[in-house]
Amino acid sequence: MSTAPPAGTPTGTPEYLRAAVQRLLAAHDPAHTPAAEFLGARYDAGLAWIHFPVGSGGLGAPRALQQLVNDEFTAAGAPVLDSGRHGIGLGMAAPTLLAFGDEEIRRRFLRPLWTGEEVWCQLFSEPGAGSDLAALATRAVRDGDHWVVDGQKVWTSLAHEAQWAILVTRTDPNVPKHRGMTYFICDMTAPGVEVRPLRQATGEAEFNEVFLTGVRIPDAHRLGAVGDGWRVATTTLMNERVAIGGHAEPREGGLIGLLAGTWRERPELRTPGLHDALLRLWVDAEAARLTGERLRQQLAAGQPGPEGSAAKLAFARLNQQISGLELELLGEEGLLYDDWTFRRPASPSMLQGTPGYRYLRAKGNSIEGGTSEILRGIIAERVLGLPQEIRVDKDVAWKDLPR
Amino acid sequence: MSTGRGPGGTGQRQPPDLGYSEVEQELRANVRALVAARSPQSAVLARTESAEPVDTGLWRALGAELGVTGLAVPEHLGGAGAGWRETAVVLEELGRATAAVPYLGSCVLATAALLAVGDTELLPGVASGERVAALAVPFATAPGAAFPVGVTATGDGLLRGAVGRVADALTADVLLVPALTAEGSPGLWAVRGAAVDPLVSLDMTRPLADLRFDGVPGRLLARGPDALAALDAALTTGAALLAAEQLGVAEWALETTLGYVRTRHQFGRPVGSFQAVKHRLADLWVAVTQLRAVARYAADTVATGSPDAPVAASVAQAFASQVAVTAAEEAVQLHGGIGFTWEHPAHLYLKRAKSASIALGTADRHRARLAGLVDLPYPVQEQQA
Ligand SMILES: Cc1cc2nc3c(=O)[nH]c(=O)nc-3n(C[C@H](O)[C@H](O)[C@H](O)COP(=O)(O)OP(=O)(O)OC[C@H]3O[C@@H](n4cnc5c(N)ncnc54)[C@H](O)[C@@H]3O)c2cc1C
Repeated sequence: MSTAPPAGTPTGTPEYLRAAVQRLLAAHDPAHTPAAEFLGARYDAGLAWIHFPVGSGGLGAPRALQQLVNDEFTAAGAPVLDSGRHGIGLGMAAPTLLAFGDEEIRRRFLRPLWTGEEVWCQLFSEPGAGSDLAALATRAVRDGDHWVVDGQKVWTSLAHEAQWAILVTRTDPNVPKHRGMTYFICDMTAPGVEVRPLRQATGEAEFNEVFLTGVRIPDAHRLGAVGDGWRVATTTLMNERVAIGGHAEPREGGLIGLLAGTWRERPELRTPGLHDALLRLWVDAEAARLTGERLRQQLAAGQPGPEGSAAKLAFARLNQQISGLELELLGEEGLLYDDWTFRRPASPSMLQGTPGYRYLRAKGNSIEGGTSEILRGIIAERVLGLPQEIRVDKDVAWKDLPR
Repeated sequence: MSTGRGPGGTGQRQPPDLGYSEVEQELRANVRALVAARSPQSAVLARTESAEPVDTGLWRALGAELGVTGLAVPEHLGGAGAGWRETAVVLEELGRATAAVPYLGSCVLATAALLAVGDTELLPGVASGERVAALAVPFATAPGAAFPVGVTATGDGLLRGAVGRVADALTADVLLVPALTAEGSPGLWAVRGAAVDPLVSLDMTRPLADLRFDGVPGRLLARGPDALAALDAALTTGAALLAAEQLGVAEWALETTLGYVRTRHQFGRPVGSFQAVKHRLADLWVAVTQLRAVARYAADTVATGSPDAPVAASVAQAFASQVAVTAAEEAVQLHGGIGFTWEHPAHLYLKRAKSASIALGTADRHRARLAGLVDLPYPVQEQQA
């Protein structure tokens, strides 16, 4: 492969990376290369996640330089995956597979995940276990070199589109809840996986109920040790919060840009009160953007920390306030909705939706990926060092917990 | 602002540096140590009630020992040749301590004006800290405000008139006075010997004063557009860097409150273990974290001469004012009765935060300014029936 790093090259320098990007762009003109093919070449060149090891889409380069690589590709108009469809794969499955998957797993899963050929979903929440994820009841029982899984998951985004899922199960009900969980990769096309659309407040079914009945998962698709699923899940969740809130954006890059655009184009809608509210939100959006930028500069090499929770919390509040104001600004038009017919989106996106959709969908931002209350608790305890909540279930075997 | 997406473009050509360099961290540690030694918190309150509300001892030490009074001034003019980013770090520390020194007035507002007019005469003394300069405008003046008309200069350079509520003027050796010339055009004058009437200020650690000029001689520093530009540079730099001071205030409030709720017990447990308290402090931490990014950006834009500086300064003041005030108010509230007690320093921070939220333009004025800068225009005035 012409774009692979030659042996002995200092692959972690900006100069090397810039040159590598240019070589790749020269060999695969983004304007005339199908997206999946381009992304495959980018993966093979180690320019997907540059801090991943060679062979897993990376170069073992400093994570801090990823943005530089992304910026170069963006400037060249290179394709990127749609984060609505591939957010769970890119933001959550990939870092977890890297941290806990063996060579075999990484080789099998990371490339098609990166090219977008395989979509991922997250089988975590259950009807009885949302915020208290560690209370989950879906059982996995060992059967030779396989596990057999039975249970029900809920609110699973894009389960209807996904080939693969990250799945947390209970493998030992006789120990306290955090200690008896095990984490798997689940084939969504396996017998016994049944996906039923679950309609949400927007009218569409972006998420689903997933019934798992006697689903057989090879032990080779286990991530982390048996009983260590909570630790693996924590890695996923930390990455989730960063993925949701911590990306670099240009000024007016998010929902605020749409609102500001409407303000500029529709002078007849303007009122003094809305003007004041708009400017407040514009300032808040700028603060959130700069915070994300600073977080990125600071995180540079490290793993995502609880700071991601702050970004996610701020992002949820901002989206809700902006989309709420947008409807008010539209006034009479805000009384209408585009379409209540039942839909199952393949690629949900707030930016492409209509104002009414955005308003409703934003309400999910403070629930999905950990509610804002849970995130405040995480910040208070892990960042600020305040005393933990009283835990009444910490030393009780899972099977003895009141349900 | 001609390129990029949306008004204001993407804001900057180079990615802004929102962190702190090693040199800046070291600077912070030095200032913190000096302030702790020279102006311990226990002494700050006592000083506000003394005959000498400004801490001249700390001021001299900042200049003579640390040499941080001339950070933004080039070396050939007697300064340290650093810049506004470093100056902002000093302000963070002075805010943390509610230090009663004229640093914002002399080392930021007046220095920015003197740099803008290319002064070489006054800057060396101001940079060394031997002279204190003050910009003679009401402390509430926002960048972009109309040129003040309270003072006029006669043809032979005698100034008459008054300016109210000027910050850091009590100890100033030289005043930089925006005044109209006899022909009615703007000018900036250096003046010694105005009448200074101290006022009782809400912020006990930054006293204000009224100034009167009864035919006082002044030296013209700039006239016309140059005078306007100098005033605007001073106010924009001031607004951008005041956010750093507000960050220091907010950080003190958050950290002190965290320390208190961890140890204060009620109902048999630390009050910081109650979720109602934890969630409020988590929200405050998020806000302070955001303020740090906003304040660093504002300092970076003035340091690099970015065309985005006016936007950054107004974003900073619109945001910092609210966060610092909330932080100080939460500190008072979550300390309970002790937080409302004169001997506890929380009220000094509340007073500093609230008056800083009005200084150099209220949040509302800065939002109004942003409306023009980023093209989010006002509604067309409706005709009253
Ligand atoms: C749009 C959307 C997409 C989703 N996608 C997925 C997905 O793909 N995969 C998946 O696994 N899950 C998904 N979820 C589920 C989501 O993770 C859970 O809904 C969430 O974690 C909250 O759990 P819950 O719904 O059981 O609420 P509960 O935990 O029952 O919470 C109810 C209320 O109580 C509050 N609360 C709970 N515990 C505490 C506490 N300790 N302190 C203070 N307040 C508390 C909560 O904040 C909330 O307000 C999705 C949810 C939404 C809305």
